[in-house]
Amino acid sequence: MTVIADYAGKSALENVKAAIEAAKQNNEYNAILSFSEERALERAAKVDSGEITGKLAGIPFVAKDNFLAVGTTTTAASHFLEHFTAPLQATAIERLEAEGAICIGKANLDAFAHGGSTENSAFGPTKNAGDQTRVSGGSSGGSAVVTALGIVPFAIGTDTGGSIRQPASFNGVIGVKPTYGTVSRYGVVAMASSTDTIGCFTNSAADAEMIMDIMAGRDTSDMTTLPDFFKPVEVKANQKIGIIKEFMTDDVDEDVRARVSDYVEKLKAAGHTVTEVSMPILRYALAMYYIIVPAEISSNLARYDGVRYGRRADSSNLSELYGKSRDEGFMAENKRRIMIGSYVLSSGFFDAYYLQAQKARTLLINAFNELFDTYDVLVGPVSPTPAFKIGENASDPIKMYLADIMTVPASLAGLPAISVPAGQTSDGLPVGVQLIGQRRSDAQLLALAGSLEGDA
Amino acid sequence: MTTAITRDDVLHLAQLSNLQLADDEVESLRSDLTNILDYVTQLSELDTHGVEPTYQVTDLENVTREDVVFEPTVTREQLLETAPDCAQNQIKVPKVL
Repeated sequence: MTVIADYAGKSALENVKAAIEAAKQNNEYNAILSFSEERALERAAKVDSGEITGKLAGIPFVAKDNFLAVGTTTTAASHFLEHFTAPLQATAIERLEAEGAICIGKANLDAFAHGGSTENSAFGPTKNAGDQTRVSGGSSGGSAVVTALGIVPFAIGTDTGGSIRQPASFNGVIGVKPTYGTVSRYGVVAMASSTDTIGCFTNSAADAEMIMDIMAGRDTSDMTTLPDFFKPVEVKANQKIGIIKEFMTDDVDEDVRARVSDYVEKLKAAGHTVTEVSMPILRYALAMYYIIVPAEISSNLARYDGVRYGRRADSSNLSELYGKSRDEGFMAENKRRIMIGSYVLSSGFFDAYYLQAQKARTLLINAFNELFDTYDVLVGPVSPTPAFKIGENASDPIKMYLADIMTVPASLAGLPAISVPAGQTSDGLPVGVQLIGQRRSDAQLLALAGSLEGDA
Repeated sequence: MTTAITRDDVLHLAQLSNLQLADDEVESLRSDLTNILDYVTQLSELDTHGVEPTYQVTDLENVTREDVVFEPTVTREQLLETAPDCAQNQIKVPKVL
């Protein structure tokens, strides 16, 4: 385990060199797609000379390769953007750099963040940090693995329907999906704009608090950002916690349920009250998600047309240029989602699918709000299973989608949710417990997780 | 409600999506799209009569900023550099017709 405090008082240049070295030694995991070596070493030297200072001075980190960063390509793990060099930098990275952090490279993901295993990457899957025959989870698989391997003390990623929480749980690290609007998405490859969020992977709740505190806040380049509400807090005593009944059924892996139950016992031992709660509408959340999100994807990915940037196919006229560039540049899962989006938005189907899903979303949000009238936090697993084998679900999109069944509800409602390591299965695979809170209660969730750290 | 997606439906959706699919992609997409739509169709069971749809979850309304011109952070030249083909300070594309 590597935490930010381990780097205190050390030379930034040594820290950055060691991180790059460790990343290269672990290239069999296929977690990193590109290095930003020159820029990283330059910045490290400036930290050592005192020219760059800040709360994260000299701390190396890795960004998912859907963040635009100066000094690297931004591929979104796709053939479309394979050679794309960004002329600007994401606000999240700007804010981390302003505190002296050093981005050493870009992490693998499912192409355009579409997937739950990082197997949809155009550059091959990322392997699980604990078992190389298993998936890293996704879509932020690379970011989770570099954090779990201790290559860097933190990494950043995006979570649209579970893409931070699920790989965090599969690799045994903390994963934070904040309240919708907490961190600016400026300079990040858009997927589904009504649920896209930016968060982080760390090995301690305190580190996650620090990283989120630095990244959070208004940005005039992303008008959906909330005024900065994120401030580290002390854990509230005697919390009322609801364990979600629908997430603890026989369909969920037995060991996963056992580890969540262990965590519930820890919560009780710490003086909190845990009661079973029911939210019947949760069974429809995945169907809502796989209507709303593909609809937004079909719109957001229309920009990849082969004209202004990215891949351009050989073609004799403009319509062929669009069609062929998009066929060559997108992976199968990208095409499925774009086409489902086109279907649910098309006239004749709009009311039955898209409008119905957005109405159902209101019912889901209402159900959460009702529970939060009584409860401070909801708890359950992050994923119904531990990390599955590479290839196991690859040929069945629905099976792959079902891995998101417990993470999409918080996304659709814009709620903060974190994945916290909760031990292992009998086979030694990490299990994550999910804590879901009310909007803007992010810091309180992390404080709760932090208060239970270390007494496993 | 079962959703049978035909080969023609796939081609129509591909056209709406500006995707020029290779022949061998059509059948697997037909089967995958059928399965996905079958799954999401369960939402029709839910009674949403009189429920307002949710389109965004920010709690924010009418976010405004000062109406002032600010210096762009990216130059025209930098943007043109990312384009696959340029001529005379413009992005070049093949003939439209």
